[in-house]
Amino acid sequence: MSLQRKAVALLSGGLDSMLAVRVMQEQGVHVEGINFFTGFCVEGHTHAIRKQDRDKPKRNNALWAAEQLGIKLHIIDIIEEYKDVVINPKHGYGANLNPCLDCKIFMVRKAHEWMKAHAFDFIITGEVVGQRPMSQRKDTMPVVQHESGVEDRLLRPLSARNLPETLPEREGWVNREQLHDFSGRSRKPQIALARSFGFTEWATPAGGCCFLTDAQYSVKLADLWESRGSKQYEMDDIMLLKVGRHIRPARHFKLIVAREEGEGKFLQGYKREFPTLKVTSHGGPFALIDGELSDGELRQAAAIVARYSQGRSANEVTLEYADTGGQARELRVKPASPEEIPAEWVL
Amino acid sequence: MSRETIDCRRLLCPMPVIRVQDRVAEMQAGDELEAVCTDPGALSDIPAWCRINGHDIIEMRSEDDLHFITLRVGEQ
Repeated sequence: MSLQRKAVALLSGGLDSMLAVRVMQEQGVHVEGINFFTGFCVEGHTHAIRKQDRDKPKRNNALWAAEQLGIKLHIIDIIEEYKDVVINPKHGYGANLNPCLDCKIFMVRKAHEWMKAHAFDFIITGEVVGQRPMSQRKDTMPVVQHESGVEDRLLRPLSARNLPETLPEREGWVNREQLHDFSGRSRKPQIALARSFGFTEWATPAGGCCFLTDAQYSVKLADLWESRGSKQYEMDDIMLLKVGRHIRPARHFKLIVAREEGEGKFLQGYKREFPTLKVTSHGGPFALIDGELSDGELRQAAAIVARYSQGRSANEVTLEYADTGGQARELRVKPASPEEIPAEWVL
Repeated sequence: MSRETIDCRRLLCPMPVIRVQDRVAEMQAGDELEAVCTDPGALSDIPAWCRINGHDIIEMRSEDDLHFITLRVGEQ
């Protein structure tokens, strides 16, 4: 009996990576999944925050997909190492702050390290030639193989017949004839293959699975870097960019104003890291203050927060200001008018 | 057999799963691990991770905004 070969799959939880795994399983390959958590993953943080989303069924797509496929999944925290990919992408950014090609190279390199450490034979991905403008082009796919160091131990089962033969094919670990030749942005071949495997459900994340592909998020991240004078971030920074209205009246301070109760509750978890404002005389939002403010600027900030309260038309709104030590004092302000919050302040 | 507790409060999924996964890797079959979480997503993600990796959930309970998820480590 021949040795059963082992492949590690980059498993996002989307349809393509599910199909790639199943194609390998059909050929008798043992597959386990690997999923990298960068901190920018859309599904990771968002469903837990907003109150309106708390009652929706919670599901991590990669875990769900692994369970459907009957494979183990290893989720790896790469938050720290990934910073260099975001901050210094050798191949540049896409339409927003998405360093897709560098990201793919990095993930394949990490998967390669895992593969060697766990005595697996090769790596598979659900990539399709021509499907993505940056990382899934015929001319960039070899770049991923070479710069990650994996070379010909990277197999793309959905597009393999459009690409040069890889080691698993040459060695007869997999049958090239039973691999696919998908290309382009059409999803029809994938959906037909999914049906043939009996898949009835798969994740279709709107706008992709990474916040860095989101234009509004990228604006907020660029603003963060601009205001700090350097391209650095911590995990809490990138989490907070996903939450609330971000309003920057000046380079040295920004307000993060909750849009609803769930966000307010989430932001309250940061009251030891940031001074806060809370409307007390009316229904109103909780807000964090990022920066050091003069007394005049604090009143300006309070007026802006009051603008988003139910007292926006009142002559006076009362707020509680608390510093990071919990020392609180009352502020009474007239809510800002719409004209006093220029559109360019709202990120 | 040992029993441990890990603090996953304020962590949003999948970080609680990653903390559980990394801790379980250091434990023996039969050991028990309790994760204390605030993200309700952990109530589905940690059991899903256990199912695909051969561990058993032995208790899940919630008190206010805290979720307590206890698993028994399987063979690994």
